[in-house]
Amino acid sequence: MLTLNLSVSERRLRMAKKESTFMSMVLTLLIVTLVASAALGYIYEITKGPIAASKLAKLNNAIKQVVPEYDTIPGDEVYKMGIDGDTLVFYPAKKDGELVGTAISTFTNKGFGGNIKLMVGLLPDGTINNISVLEHKETPGLGDKMSKKKSEWSIQFNGKNPSDFKLKVTKDGGDVDAITASTISSRAFCDAVERAHKAYMEGGKK
Amino acid sequence: MNQWKNFSKGFFKENPVLVLLLGMCPTLGVTTSAINGLGMGLATTFVLVMSNLVVSLVKSQIPDKVRIPSFIVIIASFVTMVELIMQAYVPALFDQLGLFIPLIVVNCIVLGRAEAFASKNNILSSALDGLGMGLGFAMALTILGGIRELLGNGSFFGFKFIQGDGMLVFVLAPGAFIALGYLIVLINKINKKTA
Repeated sequence: MLTLNLSVSERRLRMAKKESTFMSMVLTLLIVTLVASAALGYIYEITKGPIAASKLAKLNNAIKQVVPEYDTIPGDEVYKMGIDGDTLVFYPAKKDGELVGTAISTFTNKGFGGNIKLMVGLLPDGTINNISVLEHKETPGLGDKMSKKKSEWSIQFNGKNPSDFKLKVTKDGGDVDAITASTISSRAFCDAVERAHKAYMEGGKK
Repeated sequence: MNQWKNFSKGFFKENPVLVLLLGMCPTLGVTTSAINGLGMGLATTFVLVMSNLVVSLVKSQIPDKVRIPSFIVIIASFVTMVELIMQAYVPALFDQLGLFIPLIVVNCIVLGRAEAFASKNNILSSALDGLGMGLGFAMALTILGGIRELLGNGSFFGFKFIQGDGMLVFVLAPGAFIALGYLIVLINKINKKTA
Protein backbone atom coordinates (compact mmCIF):
# COMPACT_ATOMS: atom_id res chain seq x y z
CA MET A 1 0.00 0.00 0.00
CA LEU A 2 2.71 2.39 1.03
CA THR A 3 4.90 1.63 -1.96
CA LEU A 4 1.95 2.11 -4.26
CA ASN A 5 1.21 5.51 -2.73
CA LEU A 6 4.79 6.56 -3.18
CA SER A 7 4.91 5.55 -6.80
CA VAL A 8 1.69 7.39 -7.53
CA SER A 9 2.92 10.62 -5.98
CA GLU A 10 6.20 10.20 -7.75
CA ARG A 11 4.47 9.80 -11.07
CA ARG A 12 2.40 12.88 -10.36
CA LEU A 13 5.55 14.85 -9.67
CA ARG A 14 7.09 13.69 -12.91
CA MET A 15 3.95 14.45 -14.85
CA ALA A 16 3.85 17.92 -13.39
CA LYS A 17 7.29 18.65 -14.76
CA LYS A 18 7.16 20.47 -18.05
CA GLU A 19 8.46 18.81 -21.18
CA SER A 20 11.63 20.33 -22.59
CA THR A 21 10.21 21.42 -25.92
CA PHE A 22 11.65 24.37 -27.79
CA MET A 23 8.66 26.59 -27.04
CA SER A 24 8.48 25.75 -23.36
CA MET A 25 12.19 26.38 -22.92
CA VAL A 26 12.08 29.74 -24.69
CA LEU A 27 8.97 30.79 -22.79
CA THR A 28 10.37 29.72 -19.42
CA LEU A 29 13.61 31.61 -19.90
CA LEU A 30 11.73 34.64 -21.18
CA ILE A 31 9.45 34.72 -18.16
CA VAL A 32 12.26 34.08 -15.67
CA THR A 33 14.42 36.86 -17.07
CA LEU A 34 11.47 39.26 -17.37
CA VAL A 35 10.45 38.79 -13.74
CA ALA A 36 14.07 39.03 -12.61
CA SER A 37 14.70 42.28 -14.47
CA ALA A 38 11.45 43.81 -13.24
CA ALA A 39 12.36 42.98 -9.64
CA LEU A 40 15.86 44.37 -10.11
CA GLY A 41 14.55 47.56 -11.67
CA TYR A 42 12.28 48.07 -8.69
CA ILE A 43 15.09 47.56 -6.14
CA TYR A 44 17.35 49.85 -8.17
CA GLU A 45 14.77 52.63 -8.05
CA ILE A 46 14.41 52.28 -4.29
CA THR A 47 18.14 52.23 -3.54
CA LYS A 48 19.22 54.86 -6.07
CA GLY A 49 18.70 57.76 -3.66
CA PRO A 50 20.39 56.25 -0.59
CA ILE A 51 23.37 55.05 -2.67
CA ALA A 52 23.95 58.50 -4.14
CA ALA A 53 23.57 60.06 -0.68
CA SER A 54 26.05 57.70 0.95
CA LYS A 55 28.57 58.26 -1.85
CA LEU A 56 28.23 62.02 -1.47
CA ALA A 57 28.56 61.79 2.31
CA LYS A 58 31.74 59.75 1.88
CA LEU A 59 33.20 62.34 -0.52
CA ASN A 60 32.27 65.27 1.72
CA ASN A 61 33.79 63.47 4.68
CA ALA A 62 37.04 62.95 2.80
CA ILE A 63 37.15 66.62 1.78
CA LYS A 64 36.36 67.84 5.29
CA GLN A 65 39.25 65.84 6.69
CA VAL A 66 41.92 67.40 4.50
CA VAL A 67 41.11 71.12 4.19
CA PRO A 68 40.60 73.87 6.81
CA GLU A 69 37.09 74.79 7.87
CA TYR A 70 34.92 76.06 5.03
CA ASP A 71 31.35 77.21 4.50
CA THR A 72 30.72 76.37 0.84
CA ILE A 73 29.92 73.02 -0.70
CA PRO A 74 33.18 72.07 -2.48
CA GLY A 75 31.34 69.74 -4.81
CA ASP A 76 29.61 72.76 -6.39
CA GLU A 77 32.75 74.26 -7.90
CA VAL A 78 34.51 71.08 -8.82
CA TYR A 79 36.89 71.08 -11.79
CA LYS A 80 38.94 68.35 -13.39
CA MET A 81 42.28 68.01 -15.08
CA GLY A 82 43.37 65.07 -17.22
CA ILE A 83 46.91 63.93 -16.47
CA ASP A 84 48.99 60.77 -17.05
CA GLY A 85 46.07 58.84 -18.46
CA ASP A 86 43.73 59.55 -15.56
CA THR A 87 41.96 62.54 -14.02
CA LEU A 88 42.63 64.73 -11.02
CA VAL A 89 39.55 66.20 -9.43
CA PHE A 90 39.80 69.53 -7.59
CA TYR A 91 37.36 70.54 -4.86
CA PRO A 92 37.96 74.16 -3.83
CA ALA A 93 36.89 74.98 -0.26
CA LYS A 94 36.01 78.59 0.54
CA LYS A 95 35.14 80.51 3.64
CA ASP A 96 33.50 83.97 3.36
CA GLY A 97 34.30 83.89 -0.38
CA GLU A 98 38.00 83.41 0.26
CA LEU A 99 39.82 80.25 -0.87
CA VAL A 100 41.04 78.41 2.24
CA GLY A 101 42.21 75.22 0.61
CA THR A 102 41.70 72.77 -2.22
CA ALA A 103 41.04 69.07 -1.83
CA ILE A 104 42.50 67.15 -4.75
CA SER A 105 41.52 63.59 -5.50
CA THR A 106 44.74 62.13 -6.88
CA PHE A 107 46.06 58.71 -7.85
CA THR A 108 49.13 56.62 -8.57
CA ASN A 109 49.56 53.33 -10.39
CA LYS A 110 52.87 52.53 -8.72
CA GLY A 111 51.47 50.94 -5.56
CA PHE A 112 52.53 47.47 -4.52
CA GLY A 113 48.95 46.33 -5.13
CA GLY A 114 48.29 48.60 -8.11
CA ASN A 115 46.21 51.73 -8.04
CA ILE A 116 46.07 53.98 -4.94
CA LYS A 117 43.68 56.92 -4.59
CA LEU A 118 44.34 59.76 -2.18
CA MET A 119 42.59 62.95 -1.18
CA VAL A 120 45.26 65.63 -0.73
CA GLY A 121 44.34 68.92 0.90
CA LEU A 122 46.52 71.86 -0.18
CA LEU A 123 46.47 75.38 1.23
CA PRO A 124 46.42 78.21 -1.33
CA ASP A 125 50.23 78.53 -1.23
CA GLY A 126 50.70 74.83 -1.98
CA THR A 127 51.43 73.68 1.57
CA ILE A 128 50.06 70.23 2.36
CA ASN A 129 47.31 70.53 4.96
CA ASN A 130 46.33 66.89 5.36
CA ILE A 131 46.08 63.69 3.32
CA SER A 132 43.61 60.87 3.51
CA VAL A 133 43.61 57.55 1.67
CA LEU A 134 40.47 56.91 -0.39
CA GLU A 135 41.30 53.54 -1.87
CA HIS A 136 44.24 51.18 -1.82
CA LYS A 137 45.10 47.51 -2.17
CA GLU A 138 48.40 47.49 -0.28
CA THR A 139 49.48 44.59 1.93
CA PRO A 140 47.60 44.50 5.25
CA GLY A 141 49.97 45.17 8.13
CA LEU A 142 52.66 46.66 5.89
CA GLY A 143 51.70 49.08 3.12
CA ASP A 144 48.28 49.77 4.59
CA LYS A 145 49.96 51.79 7.33
CA MET A 146 49.62 54.73 4.92
CA SER A 147 45.98 54.90 6.01
CA LYS A 148 45.37 56.96 9.14
CA LYS A 149 43.19 54.17 10.49
CA LYS A 150 46.29 51.97 10.77
CA SER A 151 49.15 54.28 11.71
CA GLU A 152 50.16 57.91 11.99
CA TRP A 153 52.74 57.63 9.26
CA SER A 154 51.11 60.09 6.84
CA ILE A 155 51.01 62.86 9.45
CA GLN A 156 54.63 63.71 8.58
CA PHE A 157 53.35 65.38 5.40
CA ASN A 158 51.09 67.84 7.22
CA GLY A 159 52.28 71.45 7.10
CA LYS A 160 55.08 70.67 4.65
CA ASN A 161 55.47 72.63 1.45
CA PRO A 162 56.76 70.44 -1.39
CA SER A 163 58.81 73.39 -2.73
CA ASP A 164 61.29 72.84 0.12
CA PHE A 165 60.21 69.34 1.24
CA LYS A 166 61.37 66.74 -1.25
CA LEU A 167 58.52 64.28 -1.87
CA LYS A 168 60.77 61.25 -2.09
CA VAL A 169 61.70 58.61 0.44
CA THR A 170 65.06 59.11 2.19
CA LYS A 171 66.49 56.12 0.31
CA ASP A 172 65.97 58.06 -2.95
CA GLY A 173 67.44 61.26 -1.48
CA GLY A 174 64.16 62.82 -0.37
CA ASP A 175 62.74 63.96 2.95
CA VAL A 176 60.05 61.32 3.56
CA ASP A 177 60.57 58.55 6.10
CA ALA A 178 59.31 55.42 4.38
CA ILE A 179 57.06 52.90 6.11
CA THR A 180 59.28 50.11 7.43
CA ALA A 181 59.43 47.25 4.91
CA SER A 182 57.09 49.12 2.53
CA THR A 183 59.32 51.32 0.43
CA ILE A 184 57.28 50.67 -2.71
CA SER A 185 54.03 51.74 -1.07
CA SER A 186 55.73 54.82 0.39
CA ARG A 187 57.17 55.77 -3.01
CA ALA A 188 53.73 55.37 -4.58
CA PHE A 189 52.17 57.56 -1.90
CA CYS A 190 54.75 60.29 -2.60
CA ASP A 191 54.14 59.92 -6.33
CA ALA A 192 50.42 60.58 -5.87
CA VAL A 193 50.99 63.60 -3.62
CA GLU A 194 53.62 64.98 -5.97
CA ARG A 195 51.23 64.66 -8.92
CA ALA A 196 48.52 66.59 -7.09
CA HIS A 197 50.92 69.32 -5.98
CA LYS A 198 52.50 69.71 -9.40
CA ALA A 199 49.15 69.98 -11.14
CA TYR A 200 47.96 72.48 -8.56
CA MET A 201 50.99 74.74 -8.98
CA GLU A 202 50.95 74.48 -12.78
CA GLY A 203 47.54 75.90 -13.40
CA GLY A 204 45.32 73.77 -11.23
CA LYS A 205 44.86 76.67 -8.81
CA LYS A 206 41.74 78.68 -9.40
CA MET B 1 11.93 16.11 13.41
CA ASN B 2 12.73 15.82 9.75
CA GLN B 3 12.41 19.57 9.27
CA TRP B 4 14.76 20.13 12.18
CA LYS B 5 17.28 17.90 10.42
CA ASN B 6 16.91 19.93 7.21
CA PHE B 7 17.80 23.00 9.19
CA SER B 8 20.50 21.68 11.51
CA LYS B 9 22.57 19.63 9.09
CA GLY B 10 24.18 22.81 7.75
CA PHE B 11 25.99 23.47 11.02
CA PHE B 12 28.00 20.32 11.63
CA LYS B 13 27.07 17.24 9.59
CA GLU B 14 27.08 19.00 6.22
CA ASN B 15 28.66 22.34 7.00
CA PRO B 16 29.25 23.85 3.54
CA VAL B 17 32.70 25.23 4.29
CA LEU B 18 34.14 22.80 6.81
CA VAL B 19 32.69 19.50 5.58
CA LEU B 20 31.55 19.95 1.97
CA LEU B 21 34.43 22.36 1.25
CA LEU B 22 32.30 24.48 -1.05
CA GLY B 23 32.62 28.23 -1.54
CA MET B 24 36.30 28.47 -0.77
CA CYS B 25 36.81 31.72 -2.68
CA PRO B 26 34.83 34.01 -0.34
CA THR B 27 35.89 31.89 2.63
CA LEU B 28 39.57 32.56 2.10
CA GLY B 29 39.13 36.02 0.65
CA VAL B 30 36.97 37.95 3.09
CA THR B 31 37.74 36.38 6.44
CA THR B 32 40.40 38.88 7.47
CA SER B 33 38.15 39.93 10.36
CA ALA B 34 35.21 38.50 12.25
CA ILE B 35 32.82 41.22 11.13
CA ASN B 36 33.69 40.65 7.45
CA GLY B 37 33.03 36.93 7.86
CA LEU B 38 29.70 37.58 9.54
CA GLY B 39 28.62 40.13 6.92
CA MET B 40 29.53 37.85 4.05
CA GLY B 41 27.86 34.91 5.79
CA LEU B 42 24.59 36.75 6.34
CA ALA B 43 24.52 38.10 2.78
CA THR B 44 24.99 34.56 1.49
CA THR B 45 22.32 33.28 3.89
CA PHE B 46 19.81 35.74 2.50
CA VAL B 47 20.61 34.71 -1.07
CA LEU B 48 20.45 31.01 -0.18
CA VAL B 49 17.06 31.22 1.55
CA MET B 50 15.50 33.35 -1.16
CA SER B 51 16.88 31.33 -4.08
CA ASN B 52 15.93 28.02 -2.45
CA LEU B 53 12.43 29.35 -1.82
CA VAL B 54 11.91 30.56 -5.38
CA VAL B 55 13.53 27.54 -7.00
CA SER B 56 11.33 25.22 -4.94
CA LEU B 57 8.29 27.30 -5.83
CA VAL B 58 8.81 27.20 -9.60
CA LYS B 59 10.52 23.80 -9.89
CA SER B 60 7.61 22.09 -11.64
CA GLN B 61 7.23 24.91 -14.16
CA ILE B 62 10.80 24.77 -15.40
CA PRO B 63 11.74 22.30 -18.15
CA ASP B 64 14.72 20.17 -17.20
CA LYS B 65 16.97 21.32 -20.01
CA VAL B 66 16.89 25.00 -19.02
CA ARG B 67 16.86 24.59 -15.26
CA ILE B 68 20.50 25.61 -14.68
CA PRO B 69 20.23 28.92 -16.61
CA SER B 70 16.93 29.63 -14.86
CA PHE B 71 18.42 28.96 -11.43
CA ILE B 72 21.44 31.13 -12.20
CA VAL B 73 19.23 34.04 -13.27
CA ILE B 74 17.22 33.70 -10.05
CA ILE B 75 20.37 33.56 -7.90
CA ALA B 76 22.06 36.44 -9.75
CA SER B 77 18.99 38.63 -9.25
CA PHE B 78 19.02 38.09 -5.50
CA VAL B 79 22.75 38.73 -5.33
CA THR B 80 22.37 42.01 -7.21
CA MET B 81 19.58 43.01 -4.83
CA VAL B 82 21.81 42.29 -1.84
CA GLU B 83 24.58 44.31 -3.45
CA LEU B 84 22.34 47.32 -4.07
CA ILE B 85 20.76 47.17 -0.62
CA MET B 86 24.12 46.85 1.14
CA GLN B 87 25.55 49.72 -0.88
CA ALA B 88 22.60 51.88 0.12
CA TYR B 89 22.22 51.05 3.81
CA VAL B 90 25.54 49.63 5.08
CA PRO B 91 28.16 51.37 2.88
CA ALA B 92 30.97 50.73 5.39
CA LEU B 93 30.52 46.96 5.20
CA PHE B 94 30.05 47.17 1.45
CA ASP B 95 33.44 48.92 1.10
CA GLN B 96 35.04 46.05 2.99
CA LEU B 97 33.37 43.20 1.11
CA GLY B 98 33.04 45.08 -2.19
CA LEU B 99 34.31 42.69 -4.82
CA PHE B 100 33.15 39.55 -3.03
CA ILE B 101 29.44 40.36 -2.99
CA PRO B 102 28.91 39.88 -6.76
CA LEU B 103 30.96 36.71 -6.43
CA ILE B 104 28.18 35.11 -4.33
CA VAL B 105 26.62 34.29 -7.71
CA VAL B 106 29.33 31.79 -8.48
CA ASN B 107 29.45 30.41 -4.95
CA CYS B 108 28.90 26.72 -5.53
CA ILE B 109 26.86 26.39 -2.34
CA VAL B 110 24.00 28.47 -3.71
CA LEU B 111 23.60 26.68 -7.02
CA GLY B 112 24.47 23.41 -5.31
CA ARG B 113 21.56 23.70 -2.86
CA ALA B 114 19.18 24.84 -5.60
CA GLU B 115 20.08 21.87 -7.78
CA ALA B 116 20.56 19.18 -5.14
CA PHE B 117 17.85 20.12 -2.67
CA ALA B 118 15.38 22.86 -3.60
CA SER B 119 14.54 21.44 -7.01
CA LYS B 120 13.45 18.18 -5.35
CA ASN B 121 11.84 19.26 -2.09
CA ASN B 122 8.88 21.32 -0.93
CA ILE B 123 9.01 24.98 -0.05
CA LEU B 124 9.32 24.71 3.73
CA SER B 125 12.11 22.12 3.64
CA SER B 126 13.95 24.14 1.00
CA ALA B 127 13.75 27.39 2.97
CA LEU B 128 14.95 25.60 6.12
CA ASP B 129 17.75 23.94 4.19
CA GLY B 130 18.82 27.34 2.83
CA LEU B 131 18.65 28.93 6.26
CA GLY B 132 20.63 26.13 7.91
CA MET B 133 23.26 26.01 5.17
CA GLY B 134 23.55 29.80 5.15
CA LEU B 135 23.90 30.10 8.91
CA GLY B 136 26.40 27.22 8.91
CA PHE B 137 28.37 29.11 6.28
CA ALA B 138 28.12 32.33 8.32
CA MET B 139 29.21 30.48 11.46
CA ALA B 140 32.28 29.00 9.75
CA LEU B 141 33.25 32.35 8.23
CA THR B 142 32.79 34.23 11.50
CA ILE B 143 34.90 31.73 13.45
CA LEU B 144 37.59 31.75 10.77
CA GLY B 145 37.52 35.56 10.60
CA GLY B 146 37.61 35.76 14.39
CA ILE B 147 40.67 33.52 14.63
CA ARG B 148 42.51 35.41 11.92
CA GLU B 149 41.64 38.79 13.39
CA LEU B 150 42.63 37.71 16.90
CA LEU B 151 45.99 36.23 15.91
CA GLY B 152 46.84 38.64 13.12
CA ASN B 153 45.64 41.92 14.54
CA GLY B 154 45.09 41.36 18.26
CA SER B 155 41.46 42.38 18.09
CA PHE B 156 38.03 40.76 17.97
CA PHE B 157 35.03 42.33 16.19
CA GLY B 158 37.10 45.52 15.99
CA PHE B 159 37.83 45.76 19.72
CA LYS B 160 41.57 45.89 20.07
CA PHE B 161 42.93 44.41 23.25
CA ILE B 162 46.48 43.51 22.32
CA GLN B 163 48.75 46.38 21.33
CA GLY B 164 50.99 46.02 18.31
CA ASP B 165 50.67 44.07 15.10
CA GLY B 166 50.15 40.42 15.99
CA MET B 167 51.17 37.61 13.65
CA LEU B 168 50.91 39.19 10.25
CA VAL B 169 50.77 35.86 8.45
CA PHE B 170 47.21 35.28 9.70
CA VAL B 171 45.92 38.42 8.00
CA LEU B 172 47.56 37.36 4.73
CA ALA B 173 46.42 34.50 2.51
CA PRO B 174 48.57 31.70 4.02
CA GLY B 175 46.99 32.33 7.42
CA ALA B 176 43.57 31.64 5.95
CA PHE B 177 44.68 28.20 4.78
CA ILE B 178 46.36 27.39 8.09
CA ALA B 179 43.37 28.42 10.21
CA LEU B 180 40.92 26.68 7.86
CA GLY B 181 42.94 23.46 8.01
CA TYR B 182 42.78 23.35 11.81
CA LEU B 183 39.07 24.18 11.80
CA ILE B 184 38.42 21.24 9.46
CA VAL B 185 40.38 18.96 11.78
CA LEU B 186 38.27 20.16 14.69
CA ILE B 187 34.92 19.67 12.97
CA ASN B 188 35.89 16.22 11.72
CA LYS B 189 36.69 15.29 15.30
CA ILE B 190 33.31 16.56 16.52
CA ASN B 191 31.44 14.79 13.72
CA LYS B 192 33.22 11.52 14.41
CA LYS B 193 32.28 11.67 18.06
CA THR B 194 28.61 12.39 17.44
CA ALA B 195 28.26 9.92 14.56
